[in-house]
Amino acid sequence: MFFWIIRRDLLLAMRRRSDVFTTLFFFVIVVSLFPLSVGPEMNMLRTMAPGVVWVAALLAAMLSLGRMFSNDYLDGTLEQMLLSPQSLSLLVLGKALAHWLVTGVPLVLMAPVLGIQYDLPAEALFVLTVSLLLGTPVLSLIGAIGAALTLGLRGGGVLVSLLVLPLYIPVLIFGSGAVEANMAGLGYDAHMSLLGAFLLVSLVFAPWAAAASLRVSME
Amino acid sequence: MLQGSDLVCVRGDRRLFKNVNFTLGAGGLMQVGGPNGSGKTSLLRMLCGLSNPALGEIQWCGTPIQSLGDEYYASMTYIGHLSGTKDDLTAIENLRISSALAGVEIDEPKAREALQHMGLASREHLPVKVLSQGQRRRVALARLLVCQTTLWILDEPLAALDVSAVKLIQQLLEQHLEQGGMVVMTTHQEIEITAASITQLQLA
Repeated sequence: MFFWIIRRDLLLAMRRRSDVFTTLFFFVIVVSLFPLSVGPEMNMLRTMAPGVVWVAALLAAMLSLGRMFSNDYLDGTLEQMLLSPQSLSLLVLGKALAHWLVTGVPLVLMAPVLGIQYDLPAEALFVLTVSLLLGTPVLSLIGAIGAALTLGLRGGGVLVSLLVLPLYIPVLIFGSGAVEANMAGLGYDAHMSLLGAFLLVSLVFAPWAAAASLRVSME
Repeated sequence: MLQGSDLVCVRGDRRLFKNVNFTLGAGGLMQVGGPNGSGKTSLLRMLCGLSNPALGEIQWCGTPIQSLGDEYYASMTYIGHLSGTKDDLTAIENLRISSALAGVEIDEPKAREALQHMGLASREHLPVKVLSQGQRRRVALARLLVCQTTLWILDEPLAALDVSAVKLIQQLLEQHLEQGGMVVMTTHQEIEITAASITQLQLA
């Protein structure tokens, strides 16, 4: 059942590839604009790389949040999910996971390639990828709460960014912090542990909070 | 048994209906009638538990539906105004996914059989977006064939259906009622259903 919902969302993403590619290309272009505009100053590029990549990842994840529930809301499938004898939290978890597979994973895979533009050393590229791997699912999970709260509202797109971006700040700080610590020759274990902790906490609480918000939004 | 007592529905500052009472037993059909905007859909959404009545209580087998939760959903199927189908998926995928969501997993031959019964033979593998309104409605209604729930709540099930499909739905409902099922439906079309007990609920 949990796998049915993931399968369904992946199938829909396959049929509508443009949605997947817009998020990915947005990420690629935003990250590539900085070296072009700042100029080939290697040291500066290296210091700003983690921050730029992470901020671009946040914005890319934001872009696709609106679609998480709104299409299902419009065609009535969300109504059916609410009336399902299965736990709604589990359904929301499935949807968030599918959202991550469709938008988060391509970003994680693309990040090391983009990092080369900033002359990041191999180890920093590795840390960047791992930090994104731990951090992007949190973005999808927290984003699910925002998407559920703003469901069916006019101008929901702007509202969702105002709601969700502040909640993304800890992930941003520790995600880019891990890469900076590595480049400064310090250990990055603490940053990764914290990112892992964020992931576990949001895995437990976000689906539940999003499910409760959905029930309120659908009434 | 589905029972509603003293239901009141308020939308904004307008009261749509008050003091709605009914009891629906096994094999019973309840037809909800009334002009546009009289709160038929609101009543059905309340009966599903999608929204709460401003006052009053809905009970399923003697327990309020809010406290039953998933247990109630397992014995109820709701087909609303919105078809609940995904445009980009094929009819067969839609049916299999929506019944899996409702807790009944069916395999492909079974889904195909249900769609054929609904008169969608050779269209099972077309994406729903290329089907006509009536055909989409048939895909949504095919869920009734595969789910094994007692209570069916149908909001305008006959909208956009042609004569043969209306006849098909009529047979399906009669069969369901004969087996002790319950149906709550709204319709503006004339439909002759023979059932052990028929209740007419008229909303002012």
